[in-house]
Amino acid sequence: MTDEIEIKDRAAREAADKVADYEHGWSSDIETEFAEKGLNEDTVRFISAKKNEPEWMLEWRLKAFRMWQEMTPPDWAKLNVPPIDYQDAYYYAAPKAKKKLESLDEVDPEILKVYEKLGIPIEEQKVLAGVEGARKVAVDAVFDSVSVATTFRAELERAGVIFRSISEAIKEYPDLVRKWLGKVVPMHDNYFATLNCAVFSDGTFVYIPEGVRCPMELSTYFRINAENTGQFERTLIVADKGSYVSYLEGCTAPMRDENQLHAAVVELVALDDAEIKYSTVQNWYPGDAEGKGGIYNFVTKRALCQGKNSKVSWTQVETGSAVTWKYPSCVLNGENSVGEFYSVAVTNNYQQADTGTKMIHNGKGSRSTIISKGISAGRSNNTYRGLVRVAPNAEGVRNFTQCDSLLLGSDCGAHTVPYIEVRNPSAQIEHEATTSKISDDQLFYAMQRGLGQEEAVALIVNGFAKEVLQQLPMEFAVEAQKLLGISLEGSVG
Amino acid sequence: MLQITNLHATVADKPILKGLTLSLNAGEIHAIMGPNGAGKSTLGYVLSGRPGYEVTEGSVTFNGEDLLAMDPHERAAAGLFLGFQYPVEIPGVSNVQFLREALNAQRKHRGEEPLSGGEFLKLARAQADAMGMDMEMLKRPVNVGFSGGEKKRNEMVQMGIIDPALAILDETDSGLDIDALRVVGEGINRIMRRPDKAVLLITHYQRLLDYVQPDFVHVLADGRITRSGGPELALELEREGYKELAA
Repeated sequence: MTDEIEIKDRAAREAADKVADYEHGWSSDIETEFAEKGLNEDTVRFISAKKNEPEWMLEWRLKAFRMWQEMTPPDWAKLNVPPIDYQDAYYYAAPKAKKKLESLDEVDPEILKVYEKLGIPIEEQKVLAGVEGARKVAVDAVFDSVSVATTFRAELERAGVIFRSISEAIKEYPDLVRKWLGKVVPMHDNYFATLNCAVFSDGTFVYIPEGVRCPMELSTYFRINAENTGQFERTLIVADKGSYVSYLEGCTAPMRDENQLHAAVVELVALDDAEIKYSTVQNWYPGDAEGKGGIYNFVTKRALCQGKNSKVSWTQVETGSAVTWKYPSCVLNGENSVGEFYSVAVTNNYQQADTGTKMIHNGKGSRSTIISKGISAGRSNNTYRGLVRVAPNAEGVRNFTQCDSLLLGSDCGAHTVPYIEVRNPSAQIEHEATTSKISDDQLFYAMQRGLGQEEAVALIVNGFAKEVLQQLPMEFAVEAQKLLGISLEGSVG
Repeated sequence: MLQITNLHATVADKPILKGLTLSLNAGEIHAIMGPNGAGKSTLGYVLSGRPGYEVTEGSVTFNGEDLLAMDPHERAAAGLFLGFQYPVEIPGVSNVQFLREALNAQRKHRGEEPLSGGEFLKLARAQADAMGMDMEMLKRPVNVGFSGGEKKRNEMVQMGIIDPALAILDETDSGLDIDALRVVGEGINRIMRRPDKAVLLITHYQRLLDYVQPDFVHVLADGRITRSGGPELALELEREGYKELAA
């Protein structure tokens, strides 16, 4: 173990000590410009007009909206979700328009305060403060629905990297956006993805040109801050031949009683020899201990490993949201392409998570690895749902899947639903699954050595999830370790 | 240092300790011997506060404080260490991480500054070296894949790092070959044979006592101390068996 990791562990522990309840439970006071409540074609037109979108974009949105009206929500997940009244919500909220910002100094101090409370990692605060030699992490700050500030644009541009809010990209790079938007997740893919196509508010566009290794990690902080406002983020990342990018996404939300709907779509494209590493720490408000409130998180994330030797790696740490419906997937079209899915999902109290991945092997020699760690506590339900599919022409495919579930207490549920469809006899598919309870022996051993009960739980759970946590970039690993401990507070004893 | 008075304890409503009285002073090593099922391990668990071990009567003070009123981690911070008969595996958590967090939690509880990564590693390395344990083992997950002997040796490394005032060692000699037994015995002497420390050695056999000379030997039978004496009592027990002496 290196000293660096040592320090990380300590930082995580100290941070955890400071945090009592849900630390992001507050909302800031910023004037919001809403679209009218409800959802109809006028809402879609309003959003498009607000964003000064070109005609083709509006048409695309309207087409999706009409399609969505004919669709029904999926019901196959092991989730118990009350019916959502889509007319009883706002679909557009933006901080009041200001003139174009030259620097972060010009950002609404209220918004900066939000980031401060959020505890945006010190390194990034240094970056934001312009500290010499601070680690380069570009922040495309998505506050509510509109991108407020983008840093490091110049340096990225020197490398030829395009890092924009998707609204900007639609205007500045329409050909690139049109080429790939909806190509990984088709407009008709599923109820929530179609809804997102119609009303997506903002999000991120990244293009890494051929042969370029992105000079910094890209990170976006999503935040829901307006009452009754659905969030419909849209992210598109295209890695051209031989390029590499690591993208970090972190999420928190203020405490509200209302259930807030979130239906994001993330599309990744990796061409020949390109690699994308996409990491998420999701800490949206999970609802209170009685199951009241919390975010409904219906996300469609999919990667197209289109080129030969392309690689996409999803890493997610899911601790928040009342309901999580999320299957970051890889369509492995390229010969010898690689898909990876590393997941930790924690559910406590009345949280419900149905999450996993799909690895669609169309390319010869394509390989995939799935490591899923589910941790259930309280009265929660935690389901791993995964599909491994091998197409008839895909020779020499390999998959390894490991699904481990850890139970805390006796009122929670852990479920594993693997689907394996192999149509080529040369495939090698391995699936391992375990379910265990956190043992009294382990807890007592740790406590006898000096750890308090919750510290002991956090330590053991972090050990259980280690294979996944170590996939995260360092600054996220700290946050993730902290979150695991916080999310499980009060779950034993 | 430790004063146990008329201790009664149950496990799952079954009485195991039935009026045990014992006193340990600083600088003393006491051996507790007795047949299987006499309550030896229960005594260790009750003193360290394991959930499920319920004290129904009696008292225990540790340096004048009411030990039974403390949570397990508070007892650890107060200086009580339990060497486990079956050390527990914690997958994914390295020994170094485990011990550093544990030690710093104790220090924090006592109002002391935490050890930095560098300070801790230096301490850990010294203790591992002293027990003849490869530093690489300390980087591995706690007890995972360790042999029985390695686990016991690891307990002694942990004891050296934590440096407790009172060590309760539950069958630390079980599962050790003769060389490992010597190393563990020397470890106990090196770490704990001090004027300000005390040891309660729970053991089934006399052989560990060849290496760790006890000041007092007690026989625990049916939840009570039935006989006490000097080191010669252990030899007598070895010769005669418990049956003769326990009654």
